[in-house]
Amino acid sequence: MTFAEWLSEPANWVFAVLGVLVLASGFRVVTARNVVHAALFLVAALGGSAALFLLLSAEFVAWVLVLVYIGAVIVLFLFGIMITRAPTGYDKTLDADRKLWPAALSVIMFVTLAWASIDAFGARVVADLGEPTTTETIGLSLLGRFVIPFEVVSFVLLAALIGGVTIARRDLEPAEEEQRRAV
Amino acid sequence: MLVNQFLILAAGLFALGVYGLLVRRNIVLILLSVELMLNAVNINLIAFEAMIRSSDAVGQVFAIFVITVAAAEVGIGLAIVLMIFRNRKSANVDDMSLMRW
Repeated sequence: MTFAEWLSEPANWVFAVLGVLVLASGFRVVTARNVVHAALFLVAALGGSAALFLLLSAEFVAWVLVLVYIGAVIVLFLFGIMITRAPTGYDKTLDADRKLWPAALSVIMFVTLAWASIDAFGARVVADLGEPTTTETIGLSLLGRFVIPFEVVSFVLLAALIGGVTIARRDLEPAEEEQRRAV
Repeated sequence: MLVNQFLILAAGLFALGVYGLLVRRNIVLILLSVELMLNAVNINLIAFEAMIRSSDAVGQVFAIFVITVAAAEVGIGLAIVLMIFRNRKSANVDDMSLMRW
C-alpha cells in the first residue's frame, strides 16, 4: 500500500489527527513542569485513545475508558497531587538530572517494538469493521467464557478497596486510643 | 486502516511511558507514566481485536480487565503515596532511601 493510497482512506485522516493528539499530550505528560498540567494532559491522551477505540468499533471499551479513567482515576490523581502538596508551580526537582540514558533507552524500545510489528504484520489491514461490537457480545463473553477471570478481577478490586483503606488510614497515637476507649 | 499504524502509535506511547518512569522523581508523576504504558497496551489489544474479529470479543474483554487492574493499582498506589508522605513529608523518590544500602 503506497502512501497516496493510505491517504485516500478518510478513516486514516481521523487516525492521523488523533494519533498526533495522543502522542503530543503523552509527551507533555512526561515533560510538563507542572504536576496538575501533567494530569490534565493525561486526560487528553486518554480521550484521544477513547476516540481511537471508537474508530476501531470498540464502543463499550471506549466509554468504559472515559468513565473509569477520565471520570475516576484522574480525579483520584488530582486528589493525590493536592493531598501530598506537590509543588503545583514550576519545580526543578520533579525530574532527574540525567535524561540522556532514559531517552536513549525509550528510543531503542520504540524502534525495537516498531520494527517487530512492521516485520510481523507488514501490510495486514484491520478487517472490514462493519457493525461495532455490541455490549451484548462483551457481556455474554464476560459471563460465559471469561467468567472465572471476571470473578478473579472482582476479587482483586475488593482486595484493593480494603487494602487502600487499611494503608491510608492514620493509626491513632496510644494516648488518643486510650481517650477513645474511655468515651 | 493498517494494523501497524495502531501498533506503532502504541509503541510510541509505551516508550514515552518508559521515559517518564525513569526520569520523573515525584511518585504521583511516576504513577501517571505507568497509566500511559497501560493505555498503550489497551490500544494494542483493541487493534488486534479489530484485526481478528473473534466471535466473543476476546481483545476487548482483556482491555476491560486491564482497565480494572489499572484502577486497582492507582487506588493502592495513591494509598501508599499518602502513607509515605505522612511519614516522611516528601513525595520525592530520592528521599526514600531507608531500605537502600
